[in-house]
Amino acid sequence: MIAVFDAIGRVGSAVIAGVSRIGYATRFLFAILRHSGPSFMRPRLVIREVYQAGVLSLIIVCMSGLFVGMVLALQGYETLSRYGASESMGVLVAMALVRELGPVVAGLLFASRAGSAMTAEIGLMKTTEQLAAMEVMAVDPIARVVAPRFWGGVISLPLLAVLFSTLGVFGGFLVAVKLIGVDSGAFWSQMQASVDWRYGVMNGVIKSVVFGIAVSLIAVFEGYDADPTAEGVSAATTRTVVTSALAILALDFVLTVFMFRGEIN
Amino acid sequence: MPDTIIAMSLVAEFPPSALSPNACENLVELKDVSFGYTRARKILSGVTLAVPKGKLVAVMGGSGCGKTTILRLLCGQHRASSGEVLVGGQSVATMDREQMFAHRRKLGMLFQFGALFTDLSVFDNVAFPMREHTQLPQDIIHDLVLMKLNAVGLRGAARLKPSELSGGMARRVALARTIALDPQLALYDEPFAGLDPISLSVVGQLIRKLNDALNMTSILVTHDVVESMKIVDYIYFISEGRVVAHGDVPSIKASTDPFVRQFVDGQSDGPVRFHYPAKTLAEDFA
Repeated sequence: MIAVFDAIGRVGSAVIAGVSRIGYATRFLFAILRHSGPSFMRPRLVIREVYQAGVLSLIIVCMSGLFVGMVLALQGYETLSRYGASESMGVLVAMALVRELGPVVAGLLFASRAGSAMTAEIGLMKTTEQLAAMEVMAVDPIARVVAPRFWGGVISLPLLAVLFSTLGVFGGFLVAVKLIGVDSGAFWSQMQASVDWRYGVMNGVIKSVVFGIAVSLIAVFEGYDADPTAEGVSAATTRTVVTSALAILALDFVLTVFMFRGEIN
Repeated sequence: MPDTIIAMSLVAEFPPSALSPNACENLVELKDVSFGYTRARKILSGVTLAVPKGKLVAVMGGSGCGKTTILRLLCGQHRASSGEVLVGGQSVATMDREQMFAHRRKLGMLFQFGALFTDLSVFDNVAFPMREHTQLPQDIIHDLVLMKLNAVGLRGAARLKPSELSGGMARRVALARTIALDPQLALYDEPFAGLDPISLSVVGQLIRKLNDALNMTSILVTHDVVESMKIVDYIYFISEGRVVAHGDVPSIKASTDPFVRQFVDGQSDGPVRFHYPAKTLAEDFA
């Protein structure tokens, strides 16, 4: 009986700890928003972070987009050709990339490459007392360190997702038109006719903005909240990647439900 | 050009004075201060100490006795559980955010491992507080930074990154950053830890000379007895969160207090136990 109560107690404390952490992260987000003014007053700070998070992620995102597009075209051809609809490969590749794969895969790659780097950098700054030194110098680390990184991530991810989708469509074009021999005019014209600007492209962009906010918040929060030890920074970096991946997938489902409903109406 | 900068660059020799802390106006006062991270575990218990303006005072004690906590209370990183922490007559615990930032602008702190910003060069590290808190033109900041670095002998290292510096050099750069805005109060957390004998002596002399040249008040937290006795005016000994002895350098040297003797003479056992509390050897090996 005591073991049952212990188990209930452990579940209860885990729930309370989880809820407290979400509350703390929400307050942290408001603190970032409150202290974002100085970041935009000194745009160099944000531009540097766009470079760190965005430009340095270009290779992995572009290469992944290209290969994902090529694989999509190959897989799509096998199915579409059974129904004599191989001319629709452009539509398949573009819809899948612009609506889903672009924002989601770019978000996952961004979390692994840039999010983990943000967490590790802020965590190490905490461990080596650089954040404490800033505080003692009357400089708010949230305004000087956290907010520019957050906005750098929020700006970078949508741009990376657009690039991912663009390279993916190009990869699909290479396989479908150049390798398999689908008619180039049919590939582009069907894509143009079927991909809606608002429900296709803009919904993908909205998703990538939401993912950018989520991943950047998780990354800076985990870094700022990391235990100031080597083990603590390592654990925080792992949490960033895992939590970001789950958040992206969960948010994708929720956003898709709302967007799909809008399309039906 | 400010007189203090000229004075600091000349780094004139100033003999350490040895006045009692009560002989003139105190810049820092701790009155019956207690602090703990949890209620069960107290770090400081009823600490009372005073640091007069213009003096260099050492706070000594073994590892984990609460020395660094005193510095954190002074710069407002922690708030005392009870008692008063006064800097310039103002209670640190009651300061709001704006007052706290204004208070911190008047102090400089040297962290134990320097806490240099690793993504900035030596020059930019020293320029950091100037760029954050002043509207000075870049050419003036350039000259000021080079003068600060000159005072610590590292003008030639201005373009290096912190990762390219030795431990002693990094500590001197951190020292230059600490005094970048000519603070009223300088706090040094273990400035001698891990330094070779030459760097140790250089850093010690710099702390003394900068204190006098810039007319600062300084608190030095250390457990290096020999080096600190060469430069400080007054010493407080802390053990288990309490002030157990204090006095000027001659009186500390002459003290017969068992704690002071153990600490000054480096005896392994005494009032401060070498062994962590444990069962007897016979019980453990039974």
